[in-house]
Amino acid sequence: MNVIEGVVQRLNMNSLDLVPFWLTLKLSFWTTVILLLISIPLGYYLAYTKQRINAIIEALVSLPLVLPPTVLGFYLLLTFNKHGFFGSLWYKLFERPLVFHFEGILIASVIYSLPMMVHPLTAGFKSVPRNLIEASWTLGKSKLETLFKVILPNMKTSILTGMVLSFAHTMGEFGVVLMVGGNIHGETRVVSIAIYDAVEAVDYSTAHVYASILLLFSFLSLLFLYILNRRWSLLR
Amino acid sequence: MLKFIPLILVFFFGFSKAEFIRVFAASDLQYALKEIAEIYRKKYPQDRVELVFGSSGKGTAQIRYGAPYHVFFSANMGYVEELYKEGHIITKPKLYAVGRIVVWVRKDSGLDPSRFPEVLFDQRVNRIAIANWKHAPYGKAAKEVLESYGVFEKVKDKLVLGENIAQTASYVYSGAADLGIIALSLARAPAIEKVGRFWIIPEDRHSPILQGYGITKIGGNSQSTKRFYQFVQTPQARKIFIKYGFFYPEGLNERN
Repeated sequence: MNVIEGVVQRLNMNSLDLVPFWLTLKLSFWTTVILLLISIPLGYYLAYTKQRINAIIEALVSLPLVLPPTVLGFYLLLTFNKHGFFGSLWYKLFERPLVFHFEGILIASVIYSLPMMVHPLTAGFKSVPRNLIEASWTLGKSKLETLFKVILPNMKTSILTGMVLSFAHTMGEFGVVLMVGGNIHGETRVVSIAIYDAVEAVDYSTAHVYASILLLFSFLSLLFLYILNRRWSLLR
Repeated sequence: MLKFIPLILVFFFGFSKAEFIRVFAASDLQYALKEIAEIYRKKYPQDRVELVFGSSGKGTAQIRYGAPYHVFFSANMGYVEELYKEGHIITKPKLYAVGRIVVWVRKDSGLDPSRFPEVLFDQRVNRIAIANWKHAPYGKAAKEVLESYGVFEKVKDKLVLGENIAQTASYVYSGAADLGIIALSLARAPAIEKVGRFWIIPEDRHSPILQGYGITKIGGNSQSTKRFYQFVQTPQARKIFIKYGFFYPEGLNERN
């Protein structure tokens, strides 16, 4: 019961630092938005074309699933720093290094969560009946119009799945952020890092609060997804 | 829904960026520096002090990569001197305290830390936590102690390495390791002191842990940074360092 008492005490004290939460939400939000913009064309391409190069693209997209975050983090650190290829370009453009800054962990998260969005979307594109798309074309709708008015509305579940998964996956991200972000308050100290920090400082009550909120949030977002999936599949 | 998007954008980017002092500190300072920063905040409420803790080696690497820290507190002099030579630190490396290390066990382990080094071979000791000596000065000191007693090779397989000294302390604190060699400044922290028992390792068993600090290139122009930098040397701040077991050898003031 000590744990719960500690949590309650902590909440009452009002001393709990909520900035890591806002930062995590901000990171997850932007990651999801950017991923959605990237993954719709990418998923469309992967689902509707049969080029040989697709295998390579699919392998690249899935890479973050199997790659240890430290490997990804290491390469990003090398390319993101002020002397690195991408980092120096960024520095010239915005006069701000990418490493240890929010923009850096945002780009890292986009790469890291890419499969979480592309996979459901590709599956979604494939699930839309071909004759529906062709009917739209024969009725004189352009490809773009067909995409927005026929295809995307018919794969709502997949889009939502991709969004929830990307959002939740980014919330739980740790290794990559630790490598390229450091541990900077209000900039790169996301909740998962704040938990690590609190455990190191043997501040278990803070760690408990953060960890339990994260646990609850992850569970609820998955629950929401499965309930919605059931509803929509029953509707069909 | 669409019309809310601008609102959401404003909300997420609305964080104001106030002027502040961002400090990277070796994690043996976890408690002492927090307390010093607390006093400093009361005295100069206009300054915001933000502390980031980690191993000195990690801090050094991050500063080299352009991390936005204004002041760097290392657990040794070496890292600060390196950064000073490379131009990442702009003030001459200065000593702020000298650290000590201890053998630490949980009270409920029933072990007696003063029976060092025999206690290392107690049946109940399966895991010994020390900091990684490659980038944590306290780990280096711990390794020197084990070598000086001639037991390093014998206990090597029992060692678990913390990334920094605070993580090392949390390994023994949580009971994951049975015994640890940690900073006195952490053993003196109320939360850790409550559950532990420790024995201070004689000074002549390791090279002195001279802890140095400096202002980085990024912190260079800020008045607040300078103020905090100087505050650490005031008697008020030193009192806190001493409370946590740091000490000041005679003649320290003259040397600086």
